[in-house]
Amino acid sequence: MSNIAKAFENGKAFIPFITCGDPDLDTTAKCVVEMQKAGASLVELGIPFSDPTAEGPVIMEASLRALEGGCTTDKVFEMVAKLRGEMGVTIPMVFMTYANVVFSYGIERFCKKASEVGIDGFILPDVPYEEKNEFDSVCKQYGIDLISLIAPTSDERISMIAKEASGFIYIVSSLGVTGVRSNITTDIPSLCAAVKAATDVPCAIGFGISTPEQAAAMSKSADGVIVGSAIVKIVAQYGKDAPEQVGAYVKSMVDAIK
Amino acid sequence: MPDSKGRFGIHGGQYIPETLMNAVIELEEAYNHYKNDPEFNKELTELLNEYAGRPSNLYYAEKMTKDLGGAKIYLKREDLNHTGSHKINNVLGQALLAKKMGKTRLIAETGAGQHGVATATAAALFGMECVIFMGKVDCERQALNVYRMKLLGADVVPVTSGTATLKDAVSECMREWTTRIDDTHYCLGSVMGPHPFPTIVRDFQAVISRESKAQVFEKEGRLPDYVLACCGGGSNAIGSFYHYIENEGVNLIGCEAAGRGIDTFETAATINTGKLGIFHGMKSYFCQDEYGQIAPVYSISAGLDYPGIGPEHAMLHDTGRAQYVAITDDEAVNAFEYLSRTEGIIPAIESAHAVAYAMKLAPTLPKDKIMVITISGRGDKDCAAIARYRGENINE
Repeated sequence: MSNIAKAFENGKAFIPFITCGDPDLDTTAKCVVEMQKAGASLVELGIPFSDPTAEGPVIMEASLRALEGGCTTDKVFEMVAKLRGEMGVTIPMVFMTYANVVFSYGIERFCKKASEVGIDGFILPDVPYEEKNEFDSVCKQYGIDLISLIAPTSDERISMIAKEASGFIYIVSSLGVTGVRSNITTDIPSLCAAVKAATDVPCAIGFGISTPEQAAAMSKSADGVIVGSAIVKIVAQYGKDAPEQVGAYVKSMVDAIK
Repeated sequence: MPDSKGRFGIHGGQYIPETLMNAVIELEEAYNHYKNDPEFNKELTELLNEYAGRPSNLYYAEKMTKDLGGAKIYLKREDLNHTGSHKINNVLGQALLAKKMGKTRLIAETGAGQHGVATATAAALFGMECVIFMGKVDCERQALNVYRMKLLGADVVPVTSGTATLKDAVSECMREWTTRIDDTHYCLGSVMGPHPFPTIVRDFQAVISRESKAQVFEKEGRLPDYVLACCGGGSNAIGSFYHYIENEGVNLIGCEAAGRGIDTFETAATINTGKLGIFHGMKSYFCQDEYGQIAPVYSISAGLDYPGIGPEHAMLHDTGRAQYVAITDDEAVNAFEYLSRTEGIIPAIESAHAVAYAMKLAPTLPKDKIMVITISGRGDKDCAAIARYRGENINE
């Protein structure tokens, strides 16, 4: 069984995202520890990319700050090793990054390294179903789940994607890019039902979710809720003092979906 | 499982968010239908001829030929098209396709502003809404084109993210398209991005070589020996090459922007300095660092200031069918001035990169060789920037 499945064993899963290296990797690591303490089920670690075309301004700016601060793929691997070692993080962790970060490192080399340091999955928003084999065939050899995404526009593609999904399915709540939204207009219950009809793999919803109320509403349809920009904003505001604030926020979200 | 589509050798593909997949599939289906539709082709040909002023002339540059003292030089005058560049060829095709698909809104990226102006023009003609994304740096260095786009009724959105140039404008366009797909067509300006764009744009630009092949044949009774075109994303270059690819004796040369030199970081010469990667929906060559972070490229030419190259060019490079050379800012500016003085033709600074390589190559060739240089656009838009480059400040 995929390690990621464990994240969905005890009720609804709360899945926080963080951009690695903003403001520095020490702070990122401390935030991840706080996330685990606060009851997060799985953590998404964003490896910054210079031109993140699926991100809104909040994560885009965090990525650029991280890169300017000297964050690199190798340094992220070192941080994950530390998290899995002395820092005692046991919940599943996945990388969220862009195809070129993995491809330029060498897909094989990247997967091997990720698996060695204890990463359980990858989310690559610019690798759709049609292009996944190049990555997924290598991921499988290293026991890494390549997470499939399903969007409000996926329609008849849903069952095709869901049938080959592993780990969990990332349901994109809205059109557009990542970022906080006051109003999510997609018919989430129908979208989730269509996914669930096609597979037993758990599904989590992300994009635009920031408040406990939104999280509670989303968790009625899905097995988990993903939050990114709202957390990255807290880190941007509090800098090195962010871990405590992030922990408190994650706790409020975990409580909301229980 | 469906195969990865739109491959040119190992290059191309569809590396885009799931949100956009059905949009590109719908586009591909519509294009496959209309490209063989006689009614569509008749309408497009009429637009190209009656509105854009095609066919463009193939002009014998006699003074330049004599002055350089080698190969006989012809200029394919895309600068004489309506809106002043080759960009209109692709835009009229895509706008017509978008209209047939029921889309009412066009969005596009632009570097130098030529593609933005062409898109705004087609939107005005077809009564469509139009939003152009343009890097803030480019808005400043191509202020005249920003005004033209607004005059044509388009909204121009200055992009401040990243390097605030062409690559960031493309990224912003992709973000905008994921936000609003139903009524919007992304009128991509070059032979890049996810399939089917590299094929669609190439087919619409191939009119350049379809015409030039017939024109050279009429004047010379044979094919040319060299075809030169400037190459950023590569739309005018692929259009200039396409119908000659099957004729192995015709040397195809793409002229990239070296900026301050390919041994500096201030360059945009993708084939000469980049490596294989995945970005903006395609696998191809990109200027990037060891971790795959896209490099902040530089060229005096806003239209060539892009860190990637279209996947079909990447394949032509791999197979050796085409050659890609690098031209510095200095060489391009010299060529800009040279063509203006010698032939009375002010080329776009992008096109001047091809002229610059011709100035090096032609004198080394015997007089019985024939060379065609595509003048992809006119240079009025560049006069203020070139004046600044020469230390003179003029009011636009």
